[in-house]
Amino acid sequence: MSQTTLIPEFVTRQSFIELDGRRRAQSLFDEGTWKELGGPFDRMESPWLPLQGIAPQFDDGCIVIRGKIGGMAAVAIALEGAFQGGSIGEVSGAKMTAALDLAAQDSQAGKRTAAILLLETGGVRLQEANLGLAAVAEVISSVLALRPHAPVITLIAGTVGCFGGMSLAAGVSSYVVMTREARLGLNGPEVIEQESGIDEFDSSDRALIWAIHGGEQRVGMGLADALVEDDADKIKATIRRYVQAELRLEYRSQQVELYRDRIAALDTSGQIDPMSLRRGWNSRKTGELR
Amino acid sequence: MERIEFDYPAARRRITKKAHVGVVGSGDMEVLMEPAKGERAHVSITTSVDGFQDSWKAVFDRFFSKFDGAVRVQINDAGATPGSVLLRLEQAVEVISQ
Repeated sequence: MSQTTLIPEFVTRQSFIELDGRRRAQSLFDEGTWKELGGPFDRMESPWLPLQGIAPQFDDGCIVIRGKIGGMAAVAIALEGAFQGGSIGEVSGAKMTAALDLAAQDSQAGKRTAAILLLETGGVRLQEANLGLAAVAEVISSVLALRPHAPVITLIAGTVGCFGGMSLAAGVSSYVVMTREARLGLNGPEVIEQESGIDEFDSSDRALIWAIHGGEQRVGMGLADALVEDDADKIKATIRRYVQAELRLEYRSQQVELYRDRIAALDTSGQIDPMSLRRGWNSRKTGELR
Repeated sequence: MERIEFDYPAARRRITKKAHVGVVGSGDMEVLMEPAKGERAHVSITTSVDGFQDSWKAVFDRFFSKFDGAVRVQINDAGATPGSVLLRLEQAVEVISQ
């Protein structure tokens, strides 16, 4: 037996979560095909953060990279979770919307251009309040404009997760890919605890949080399509399959009746068990690719 | 928040490449390092933490005692320690030297 076979795969793999937003986005593309648009040297900073005593970032925490994935045109838009919690402000929102709109233009002109949203974000940037809210609305309408022409793939790797307004963007995207470490939810655990009390949701109970918001549960419930390991090669391969995938015939966000009925049928007299929720909700045909 | 600027007239060696490293996360910072417009190095810092002008000066005095490139350095800082600042600067130098 050679020495190398003794080293387990999880030791030799390249972790995706350990990469920063820019390297994550770069890692998805075919080698030598990508180019960053509106990068740090263009200095598109938030004009609002310095007014409030906060240092801005040269790319406003939003990285846009276009190139080829599996030979097909694609654009990746990554939010940097380490900068202001990956929050979406006026500038980062405008970059995201513009990139999605350009992809839609190219797709409508016959060059199908998929978009990958790498969302590590707590949602709207509180310091830019209304502008951030407007940005979320624009991003959502741009996702809706693109998805009939090319897949919009949300990738949530962790460890920030995807919450607030941007969880709505994840909700309307064609496909959602998550790791076990990732979390997806409208309200984050701290927000729920703050608003409804610790009896409702204990934000220090990590097992509870991941049993509700975690990637495994979200995929199990059919609210996300694929569960991937924290391995850059495996994530790249999964994203490539979705970039090349057929367009969906029906989106989760169109199944209003289905979800309305399911929520109405929930028995809230006792604590709902995550496993039974999975059994009840996973019957829907998900975007799992064969 | 504070804006701090320094000039290092002795750093005159011509630089051709540029670098961007780091992220404005807690205890970290980002640097843009580019060829300077004139024949001297210029540093401008935007930091969330006030009152450390002397520490910044000490870090850059040390940095430019070893490095002589005519660079324009721009920093957005979210509370990086002097040690982290030097590491980020050395990382940027590594990129422009490649």
